Amino acid sequence: MRYVEEFRDPKAAKALIAAIGRVADQIGATREKPVHIMEICGGHTHAIFRYGLDKLVHEGIEFIHGPGCPVCVLPMSRVDDCVTIAERAGVIFTTFGDAMRVPGTRKSLLQAKADGADIRMVYSPLDALELARRNPGKEVVFFGLGFETTTPSTALSIQQAAREGLTNFSVFCNHITVPEPIKALLDDPHMVLDGFVGPGHVSMVIGVHPYDFIARDYRKPIVVAGFEPIDLLQSVLMVLEQIRDGKAEVQNQYARVVPEHGNPISLAAIADVYERRPRFAWRGLGEIDASGLRIREKYLAWDAETKFGIGYAASPDDEPEGCECAAVMTGRLKPTACPQFGRGCKPETPLGALMVSSEGACAAYWTYGGARVAAE
Amino acid sequence: MTLRDERVTLAHGGGGKAMRDLIESVFTSVFNPPGMEDQARLMHASLQEPGARLAFTTDSFVVTPVEFPGGDIGKIAVCGTVNDLAVGGAKPLWLSVSFIIEEGCEVALLRRLVASMAREAEKAGVRIVTGDTKVVNRGACDTVYITTAGVGVIPSGRDLDARSIRPGDVALVNHVLGDHGAAILAARGDLMLSTDLESDCQSLGHLMEALIAAAPGTKAARDATRGGLASTLNEMAEAAGCSVELDETALPLRPEVKGVCEILGLDPLYLANEGTLVAFVPEAEAEAALAALRAMPEGQGACIVGRAVPKGNVPVTLRTAFGGTRIVDMLVGEQLPRIC
Repeated sequence: MRYVEEFRDPKAAKALIAAIGRVADQIGATREKPVHIMEICGGHTHAIFRYGLDKLVHEGIEFIHGPGCPVCVLPMSRVDDCVTIAERAGVIFTTFGDAMRVPGTRKSLLQAKADGADIRMVYSPLDALELARRNPGKEVVFFGLGFETTTPSTALSIQQAAREGLTNFSVFCNHITVPEPIKALLDDPHMVLDGFVGPGHVSMVIGVHPYDFIARDYRKPIVVAGFEPIDLLQSVLMVLEQIRDGKAEVQNQYARVVPEHGNPISLAAIADVYERRPRFAWRGLGEIDASGLRIREKYLAWDAETKFGIGYAASPDDEPEGCECAAVMTGRLKPTACPQFGRGCKPETPLGALMVSSEGACAAYWTYGGARVAAE
Repeated sequence: MTLRDERVTLAHGGGGKAMRDLIESVFTSVFNPPGMEDQARLMHASLQEPGARLAFTTDSFVVTPVEFPGGDIGKIAVCGTVNDLAVGGAKPLWLSVSFIIEEGCEVALLRRLVASMAREAEKAGVRIVTGDTKVVNRGACDTVYITTAGVGVIPSGRDLDARSIRPGDVALVNHVLGDHGAAILAARGDLMLSTDLESDCQSLGHLMEALIAAAPGTKAARDATRGGLASTLNEMAEAAGCSVELDETALPLRPEVKGVCEILGLDPLYLANEGTLVAFVPEAEAEAALAALRAMPEGQGACIVGRAVPKGNVPVTLRTAFGGTRIVDMLVGEQLPRIC
């Protein structure tokens, strides 16, 4: 595969790992006093474990796994809302696959499907739109979920439904944004982060400038990164070099995909369809100002919240008994240090959201890490 | 006897003349079973050899779409059961076949499936000797489900058993991985992926005989169907009492399969195969085994993918191209495509 294999070249990786080791030594990073680098995106977390990068780099580098897994940060009450909508007669509820297993307080979508709700996995909101065209007697609801990466496609599907006058289609909007939770994390006095690896696919849409405040106001380096091992290693090296040189800049490692100012068509669609909610609840992080999107008034006919009378209720504190996802998500606790890890909480019976999605830090530890070995 | 109907109706399952017409016109005229009793009465010389054992297996087949590049549900129903016999060291002889047919199913489709089954059975050297059909209400099944059972004979002295796998034994596959799973995903059409991928669906009876002839010390084999190579190796390793280490750089994968997996966030190690086996042979016989596999059309892609190692904390690990290792666990439920 061109443009993929090149970024998995073991030789290039070895050279980068060696360079990371040299700079880490220059900074004086050690196992006891590590440099803390947060990879924000769940896709990065997954890649780090899939390729074992956390074990291959200098021992003085510690990865903190950020809040960038959309199904992981979704409050359980919103999953409950999904189930409520899906269980209504005449509704076809459509969702991306990895939201199926996320536990709500009553049940997951997978369980609701087994109980008889018409829930279908789709690969794109456009598939949901097609279902709406083919089933004029049904209400087709799409579970709009994810960061700026998936927001434009949902926006475009709403615009398309409006153009076609397709009134049996609606979106249950849970779209969230990346910069706001980072600001919340940086304002947390417990947080000890030295730099960030930024989510490349988000920046493909929003560009790199929404992160300027991280460098300017908080004096932390951030490097927008691709998703292959070479991308990640090079980005870590770029963060370390900034730390060594006393710099704090926004740099773009993923320039082959990420334009400085993002994608204007996507940004225009987002601006046309959505507005910011005053605040939105994040599982593990609580409510964060202006971190969620809702559908603008002119498109309310396609808003499932309006259509089904679902209100937004802040409920950040509905974690199941013993679940430490909040502490893990803010970097205060390693997944393996959670008392439930591998005991009460496993991928087949997840207690918390971080064990559900393959991008969740706990699931990644479980699937790829030596963590499971340690737990046994 | 001619059947004029274009679609199957509930009348074809009613036990009367319509059912007889369907069975004779579509099924028995092609499968040509011995005798017309409700049972097959069978003789085979190999059963009389002292020490020979009968092998008996069954499998049900549900796949959407029922016809896909490289095969169809009928071909899979023959290959799947033939392969379950073959990888256990049995020479497949006879199959039974049961159809659950959805009301409204096209008769022409049934004819195509039956022709495909007859073709594959002949290739595999097995006879379809008995069968059954049922028709269910529209919506009670998806077009057609097929169940096959198979009987074969294990020659005296042959005893393939995963428990005999020892550290040092080499794991071989005969074919690139994941073609079936990726081809089915693409064929479902909801991804709008256009690929040239074809299912690897094929019978492995002749290949197994060639393998055992070239590598008489062959310990055990399985066909890596649902759950893919990863799940099959986990089962084998747990039975074996040792662990298995895979070599990432040695895994045979088509670029198209890698591409489908990249797009959907799937792992090819968990994609289903329908004509791919994994066998453990003693290291000393590995080269002979590879040569024998590669000499057959079913084994063109044969290669070594890993080896048995002393029992570790987990059954299966993968050595990555970077020299790290990761756990290759059993799949929890289905593989779910990622959001982004």
